[in-house]
Amino acid sequence: MQSIISVQNLVKTYASGFQALKGVDLEIRRGEIFALLGPNGAGKTTLISIICGIVNATSGSVTADGHDIRKEFRAARSKIGLVPQELTSDAFETVWATVNFSRGLFGKPPNPAHLEKVLKELSLWDKKDSTIISLSGGMKRRVMIAKALSHEPQILFLDEPTAGVDVELRRDMWDMVRSLRDSGVTIILTTHYIEEAEEMADRIGVISKGQIILVEEKHTLMRKLGRKQLTLHLQAPLQQIPAQLANRQLELSPDGTQLIYTFDTQADATGIASLLRQLSEHGIDFKDLHTSESSLEEIFVSLVHQR
Amino acid sequence: MNGYAISAIYRFELARWFRTLVQSLLSPVISTSLYFVVFGAAIGSRMAQIEGVSYGAFIVPGLIMLSVLTESISNASFGIYMPRYSGTIYEVLSAPISALEIVIGYVGAAATKSMMLGLVILATARLFVPFSIEHPLWMVSFLVLTSITFSLFGFIIGLWASGWEKLQIVPIMVVTPLAFLGGSFYSISMLPEVWQRVALFNPVVYLISGFRWSFYGVSDVAVGISLGMTFLFLTLCLVVIWWIFKTGWRLKA
Repeated sequence: MQSIISVQNLVKTYASGFQALKGVDLEIRRGEIFALLGPNGAGKTTLISIICGIVNATSGSVTADGHDIRKEFRAARSKIGLVPQELTSDAFETVWATVNFSRGLFGKPPNPAHLEKVLKELSLWDKKDSTIISLSGGMKRRVMIAKALSHEPQILFLDEPTAGVDVELRRDMWDMVRSLRDSGVTIILTTHYIEEAEEMADRIGVISKGQIILVEEKHTLMRKLGRKQLTLHLQAPLQQIPAQLANRQLELSPDGTQLIYTFDTQADATGIASLLRQLSEHGIDFKDLHTSESSLEEIFVSLVHQR
Repeated sequence: MNGYAISAIYRFELARWFRTLVQSLLSPVISTSLYFVVFGAAIGSRMAQIEGVSYGAFIVPGLIMLSVLTESISNASFGIYMPRYSGTIYEVLSAPISALEIVIGYVGAAATKSMMLGLVILATARLFVPFSIEHPLWMVSFLVLTSITFSLFGFIIGLWASGWEKLQIVPIMVVTPLAFLGGSFYSISMLPEVWQRVALFNPVVYLISGFRWSFYGVSDVAVGISLGMTFLFLTLCLVVIWWIFKTGWRLKA
């Protein structure tokens, strides 16, 4: 599938000397929902800001829908809508005026019907004549989204779209994002909420300390998610795993009191029953056992800390 | 050319102005009226004519210039500083719009406001003192040029300022003194010889002189020089703004 955004060897060093991006390569596929995960300060916002033209890259190149973001900035930027992380808005403007402003700014002729549709989808239509300052936080967030959608972008960046948003509104936003994707819009969202990425994304990328450390199909990641561990607390410590059990996915804790078996819950045969049989055959008794599931969160944390 | 974008910025800026029309228009009109009452009617009646023009009428062009200068700077600097301060500048920076178009939108709106204000003050002045305009076309030209030039200057200040104090400091510390010493209330020829020479380094002298010439046909310096100096300053501002957008200074990290 053709990339709609192509980021090549992107480097950003701020004037303070802080290197926010250390050679990022990233391909976003047309029509997908891509979730960019990463801890605070990993470079998520810097990456988005460069693609959208708010921050200048130090080196490297970006194309959006085939247009270089610097040389053909008009063509590139008119395709992109951005919902920034911070709620910044012209407090004394009305909702209607601000979405019209955004549409004009992106070079599109007035289209009240489209703007009405956008506002209605975001449940803002009855607030269209209210000043932004009079709106609640959740509504302001939706105004930001309405502004980004006002000019019918092909690519939508959502930087932490659901930060500080209540559960119900978050569900609504997810539905909205899905229907946008169904209409052909490519969506890139950054988030802290793993469940959001799990719920929404087609692919997931993890960024840490200015580098993309993983880009994978969500389903592939989910398979890793499906891994479970069985921990057996042994009666008597073992020096080493018996040779007869060497072909099993077994680990011995350093003090020899625990055996850890990793298995795939999605597989037809987990192998637990046969393992337990084998253990008793070899006279290895255990006093307790428990199973644990690795979450995307754990995978994420371990990935980020490896670096 | 992204005409929709220019018009969006332009209308946004004018809408902001109309929301606060009373403050924006009334306060300069009141302060100028006070000048006319004090200098024109009260003191002016005791003063001799300057180059054949009554003192009350003589100060009209200077006072209009004074208001146009300060309002151009404050409007344009506020117009671009505000989105930088609030963060809404992100949208302008991410839009498919060139630096030139941004400048036309913001500076055009600020200059429009100043011109309207200049005309309102002109009408107000007419209530206090009788005067005539010898070269109306030139009068309008000088008004337009000055509004644009100082709106550009204000735009630069709005980009340079890193706090509200800085936004105020240039108008208060530099522009107001230059305007007062630029011959709003007197002819440069009334100064001692040495100060006349010093005054020629003040760019505002050329603006007021040229503007006054368009009213009464009298000027401190030749009209051609006035025009030339105005264009020089305009070009200077354009070069600075071009550099700012080229480097992204204060706009893009």
